[in-house]
Amino acid sequence: MLEIAIKGSKKYWIWLGALLAVMTAAFAVYIDQFMNGLMITGMSRDVSWGFYIANFTFLVGVAAGGVMVVIPYYLHNYEKFHRITILGEFLAVASLIMCLMFIVADLGQPTRMLNVLLYPTPNSMLFWDMCVLNGYLFLNIVIGWKVLEAERNQVKPPEWTKPLIYLSIPFAIGIHTVTAYLYCGLPGRGFWLTAILAPRFLASAFAAGPSFLILLCYIVRKFTKFDPGWEAMQTLSKIVCYALIANVFFFFCEVFVVFYSKIPGHMSHIKYLFFGLHGHDALVPWMWTSMTLMFVAIGLLLVPALRNNQTLLPFTCIMVFVGTWIDKSLGMISGGFVPSPLHHVTEYIPTVQEVVISLGVLATGLLILTVLFKLAATVKEEVRG
Amino acid sequence: MKKSRKSFLKKSRRSFLKAAGISAVAIGAAPAIKAVAVASGGGSASSIPVVSPKAEALTAKRWGMVIDTSKITDEVVEGVTAACRNAHNIPDFTIEPDAEKYPNTRPAKKMQEIKWIWEEHYQYAFPEMEDEFLAEKYKSLPFLVTCNHCKNAPCVQACPTKATFKREDGIVIMDFHRCIGCRFCMAACPYGSRSFNFRDSRPFIEKINPEFPVRSKGVVEKCNLCAERLAKGEQPACVEASEGAIVVGDLENPESEVRVLLNENYAIRRKQELGTEPSVYYIM
Repeated sequence: MLEIAIKGSKKYWIWLGALLAVMTAAFAVYIDQFMNGLMITGMSRDVSWGFYIANFTFLVGVAAGGVMVVIPYYLHNYEKFHRITILGEFLAVASLIMCLMFIVADLGQPTRMLNVLLYPTPNSMLFWDMCVLNGYLFLNIVIGWKVLEAERNQVKPPEWTKPLIYLSIPFAIGIHTVTAYLYCGLPGRGFWLTAILAPRFLASAFAAGPSFLILLCYIVRKFTKFDPGWEAMQTLSKIVCYALIANVFFFFCEVFVVFYSKIPGHMSHIKYLFFGLHGHDALVPWMWTSMTLMFVAIGLLLVPALRNNQTLLPFTCIMVFVGTWIDKSLGMISGGFVPSPLHHVTEYIPTVQEVVISLGVLATGLLILTVLFKLAATVKEEVRG
Repeated sequence: MKKSRKSFLKKSRRSFLKAAGISAVAIGAAPAIKAVAVASGGGSASSIPVVSPKAEALTAKRWGMVIDTSKITDEVVEGVTAACRNAHNIPDFTIEPDAEKYPNTRPAKKMQEIKWIWEEHYQYAFPEMEDEFLAEKYKSLPFLVTCNHCKNAPCVQACPTKATFKREDGIVIMDFHRCIGCRFCMAACPYGSRSFNFRDSRPFIEKINPEFPVRSKGVVEKCNLCAERLAKGEQPACVEASEGAIVVGDLENPESEVRVLLNENYAIRRKQELGTEPSVYYIM
């Protein structure tokens, strides 16, 4: 099946070439980081995680979001998702590979990463995160590949894929729950120390993942002969709407608890994010942008006439994607570290190098996504025509 | 061949690190073990690998520290932090690196500094106990903060490789060679006691102490209660330099100096409400 990937139009090769160029540039910067250490980043003693872990957290959500097409199709036989299920699974694969790359980029001693396997430590949430992330990646590769292959050969997928598909559902919930547990079980970080964190992560994931999938459907429609189906996209947009409302609702639950109880260690982080603390306010415009984007998007998704407008929907999806990205990556990580446990305010701003390396990871993910989507679209075209 | 030798070395290093911990359990038992060894025919009893501590080693069931805040002056702070820095090859990012020895050294970022014990004011050392009517003298008083060697250490729980572990004698210590640099422990520590080697620290170490390893870039580090000095029967570097302001000893032994101090004075611990059970006390 892979031979499909090496037959493509000029545009296809230009796109892959551009991605490769970004990857090469980013790799050169990564060599510098590998040789000289994480000193090239904007991270510090007080803000010890930054852009890499932020993007990791967000992309775990995008990967988990794929389950929003798997559940309706496989558990409720929702036929309209038949064509896009494979897209959801392949999106999860690309996102998870990016997640793992972000983790490796963040390690101070990447050559020692196998120590996590050599000295398995079940009391560390990072150990479990590694287990579920790799498990979910494996499941999606196997399921996506086998189901697509069966479709190409016009036979039913092998029976043994069924239990794997069902297993992938709790795994999808699991990857994001465990990722939230990385943060919310730490005693000294008031911003993360809340039981709503995992539900909120899932809600924002189920908004970000499907909204990105809608955008991808538009792209697939434009560049291939395969049509994922407008009705499927409409259903996805409803899912995005509900999930986004849940995300904002959970956030307000948190805001209520924090500001009604008035516990200083919990208030200071949200104050820092939205109003600035002791004159430090780098994230204030970002957070308000995020809130505005999410609220406007909710409005555009709630009104049926606006939601069903084919020209407007991609813009709405971009708003959802950017809004949740700021909320969950920039805000969630910096917000947890600022102020520090000693209530010092050390701000975090990523360096150019950090951003370039992150773009390299993103380019790698997009390259994998392009190839996988090309496979899917071509097979679907073949079968139909 | 090479591989097996390496893994052997790794194992032996780790067992060495643990040895000092096991020795704590064997406080009173050490002479007894020796006695048994003698009784069974001297040095030939090699079938049982018993790691006995050096006779001069200082041991405890659970190490703790008491800091008398009334004795902490700016000079004491200066002396203590310098002693710790020199003992453990902690880089000082304010110095200018030797251009000949370390050419092309990039400038260091202050906020990526490394510190094991350092000065804080009351409002930062005890942020949850902020009080607008706090006695004036406490507001400007220098406090020394360091790793609390918690009984329930969140960093130990978070570490995915057991590179940070707790010895039987209560010291929370690190295996710098196993740490993958994920910095989960730094997120977990509620006291900001951990530092990360964002870079190679050698250019910023004025005089390297050959008695203690220089850390490679990419690993986390923190106070180890001078485990290497205790093993030789020496007091921790900070205690020696503190002019009596800092005392370490066995928290489980009611006769120990630290327990006597805690009995006679009112002492507080940092963020006690979190249940981490810090082993560092502050006499107010």
